[in-house]
Amino acid sequence: MRESIVMKVHYGTALGAVALVAVHILFRLTQEFSKSLQYESVIANYEFLPYALVLELILVLISIHGFNGLRVILLELKQGRGYEKAVTYGCIAAMVAVIAYGSRTIILASMGMS
Amino acid sequence: MSTTQISEEESQTIVSSPKSIILRISRSNPQTGTAKSFMEFKVPYEKWTTVLDAILEVKKHFDHSVGVRYSCRQATCGSCGMIINGKPRLACFTKIVELNSDVVTVEPMNNFPVIRDLAVNFDRMFSTHKKLKPYIVRDDSEITSKTKEFLQTPEEVEKYIQFSSCIKCGLCNSACPTMATDSSFIGPQALAQAYRYIADSRDKGKNERLKIIDEPHGIWRCHFAGSCSMVCPKGVDPAMGIQLLRGYLLGFRR
Ligand code: SF4
Ligand code: FES
Repeated sequence: MRESIVMKVHYGTALGAVALVAVHILFRLTQEFSKSLQYESVIANYEFLPYALVLELILVLISIHGFNGLRVILLELKQGRGYEKAVTYGCIAAMVAVIAYGSRTIILASMGMS
Repeated sequence: MSTTQISEEESQTIVSSPKSIILRISRSNPQTGTAKSFMEFKVPYEKWTTVLDAILEVKKHFDHSVGVRYSCRQATCGSCGMIINGKPRLACFTKIVELNSDVVTVEPMNNFPVIRDLAVNFDRMFSTHKKLKPYIVRDDSEITSKTKEFLQTPEEVEKYIQFSSCIKCGLCNSACPTMATDSSFIGPQALAQAYRYIADSRDKGKNERLKIIDEPHGIWRCHFAGSCSMVCPKGVDPAMGIQLLRGYLLGFRR
């Protein structure tokens, strides 16, 4: 994949994540802040489908952005064919693992199975 | 019988001037495994003395083995780049007086392999520069019969003219923090030249060059520190060129 496409995705995910995290923070204002962090409120958030979708999107956007950022840092730190391949595939694998584990948590919680 | 005449310049004795500086010259030779150390020389100077003059004074009167590269002595050939008091500069374009210091330290440029003392190897910079096709790419020519000169408006010239002042001195690459860690990074010198030709209305090689710079160690590894533009002795702004190039890749520019 051309690096410009990767970087467009990188910038796009950053913008998307900022917007959705803002929505996520604004949701804290719907009730008293400390109350909004209580167990029942958190579970209620997960069970509210649109909110669960926002959380899932934040997870995906931040994982893509974060792991690509990590890839870039690691590529700048050291060079070499084998190393660079390992970094790229390692970051993709770690990203998939984080998204899969996070999605599992969100799905289970939204189905009331936590 | 022939007699060897010593040229006037060679035979001159050291000129005494009321003012002098301590010139600290970095000495090293990777080929013989000689590690970097500094030698100090007391060198007289006048208000017009450049750092290169001071180094040549040392070579003439104290130690002729100091390794330094220079040619034009007028900021045109790009040979004499070095780190002078911590900043990449051209030695022939830096006067001692403007440094405002009694001690002048000269070291080889960062981010280049050292050949010896102050001379560094430019091979990688030149090959990267060449890779980006630093010439007008198009099939027709303005010198074949029945064709006309490729005329440009002043506005079209304005788009790239500052970038054509580059003398390939490598100071920008030496100042670049990405070059310090990423040995495969294309570097500000070559990226600025890619922009210089892409922005030229006579050129048709935009897509080929964009393809070359759009790779993992290409244009995207610039983090806009801007140090390249700060040190350029010819007023080129590679950092701006890089951002303008990004515009093509992000679809803001055609
Ligand atoms: S852009 Fe400036 S600093 Fe860089 S190589 Fe060209 S003249 Fe030297
Ligand atoms: S000697 Fe040519 S640029 Fe300094």
